Amino acid sequence: MNDKLYRIVLFATTLIMPIVCGGIVYALVTDAYDAFEHFGFLKFLTSSEWSYTQGKEQYGALPFITGTLMTTLVALIFCIPFSLPVALFVGEYFKGTRVASILSTVTDLLAGIPSIIYGLWGFYTLRPIIIALNISPQGSSVLTASLVLAIMIIPYASSLSAEFIKMVPNDLKEGAYSLGATRAEVIQKVVFPVAGSGIFSSYVLAIGRALGETMTVTMLIGNTNNIPNSITSTGNSMASIIANQFGEADGLRLSSLIAIGLVLFMITATINLIGKIMIKRARIS
Amino acid sequence: MESVTPILEFKKTCVSYTKQTMAVKYVSATIEKNTITAIMGPSGCGKSTLLRAVNLMHNLYPNIRVDGEILLNGENILTMQAIDVRRRVGMVFQRPAPFPTMSIYDNVLSGFTLNGIKLSKAEKDATIEHCLKSVALWDEVKDVLNKKGTFLSGGQQQRLCIARALAMKPDVLLMDEPTSALDPIATKHIEELLLELQKEVTILIVTHNMGQAKRISSKSMFMYLGELVEYSDTETLFSNPVDERTKAYLTGKMG
Repeated sequence: MNDKLYRIVLFATTLIMPIVCGGIVYALVTDAYDAFEHFGFLKFLTSSEWSYTQGKEQYGALPFITGTLMTTLVALIFCIPFSLPVALFVGEYFKGTRVASILSTVTDLLAGIPSIIYGLWGFYTLRPIIIALNISPQGSSVLTASLVLAIMIIPYASSLSAEFIKMVPNDLKEGAYSLGATRAEVIQKVVFPVAGSGIFSSYVLAIGRALGETMTVTMLIGNTNNIPNSITSTGNSMASIIANQFGEADGLRLSSLIAIGLVLFMITATINLIGKIMIKRARIS
Repeated sequence: MESVTPILEFKKTCVSYTKQTMAVKYVSATIEKNTITAIMGPSGCGKSTLLRAVNLMHNLYPNIRVDGEILLNGENILTMQAIDVRRRVGMVFQRPAPFPTMSIYDNVLSGFTLNGIKLSKAEKDATIEHCLKSVALWDEVKDVLNKKGTFLSGGQQQRLCIARALAMKPDVLLMDEPTSALDPIATKHIEELLLELQKEVTILIVTHNMGQAKRISSKSMFMYLGELVEYSDTETLFSNPVDERTKAYLTGKMG
């Protein structure tokens, strides 16, 4: 009897998660429906007009999709040269040593810093540097946001990659050394290929994180509703446009914002799913 | 008395993992060219440690010290570059470990690719065929050379690893219990193979298996607690051991 009750409680509580998830999707879809119906799904995604003049309302998500993809891509490009060495340092060169564990603790700590702190740091430290270097007049730009995003995703990419690098069997490494390979050759030709799919998937998860990051990007991207024409221009990401405008929006505009939210949700969910599947595969092999 | 050509000489070779303890203590021995020498002894006697000193594997681990001399064709390898030594001294490990991301073809050639040595297609094909034939794997895999090496059976994988080591044309081949992870049939294949291979390369094999030492080696070493207790013709060592410890080990009183 007790066992049965236990099972019912367990089942009921477990069921809450899928219900919540389904509820979020349902709410997003119903609230975004207006916008999709009014502009058409594809038109909404490909239009770059964002104007809320009464009577001539026109909303399109393209500038924000572009902004999100640009910040994420640039962040990834800046993230790789810093996270990969950390991963190699922790997972191979200084594997199991005190230095490595201190370094990985510090990198993991970076992951725990609230994004508003990153935003403040970006705003008051990085932005003046961007201005001083004459990269962008106000200092806010896709680049500024991306640089801070890059730092934010380094811990995600590096600690997971390090785990995969660590998992490369010693047998293989010694086998390669025994054939006369140098350390660099062993890393290039044995460690990276063997850990490759795992490393790749950790970057996919880092991307998933960068796509949805809101606070930092909102504080640093400049919040203009046009398609950024270079990385030094200002713009808005999907998350930042929502954060900027949801408070004052209603009607079609609110529905459009929610539609953007739905698209963002779909993109991040897909990316995360791909990453998780890849990690699973990498672990098995 | 037939003349012997020493290819490898241990001169007071010592290996220590920490300052206080020596894993290998003052081992001196001469290995003849084109022979199979078995290194036996109970677990932890330092036999693998001694073997791994020969291709400077200990250099990978900064805490391990190797002292004394190890001469390869008269040259002290302890003062040579590890990379040069390892190209001349091949190694086969306990567990077969072909590179999982490489095909059978690329596994055999991995010594060249890892060292950045470029070969022509004809040279590659010739090397592959020769090496796989000398490990008696050619007939089994010649049609699946582009498949991953990890698809092979354990015994085949180990033969592939031997082929990989042979491709570099080493003077000496070190084998660290190469059959301990294999079934009896695969073991028999490898043993037969080694008897053939000694025409090409000098083999130093660590083994737990006394029967194996008896079947394939012409010389045997018995090590105990880091010391080389006895070293002689395999036949003599088995039929007429001099040291009490060797006797105890061979009769199964110690091991």
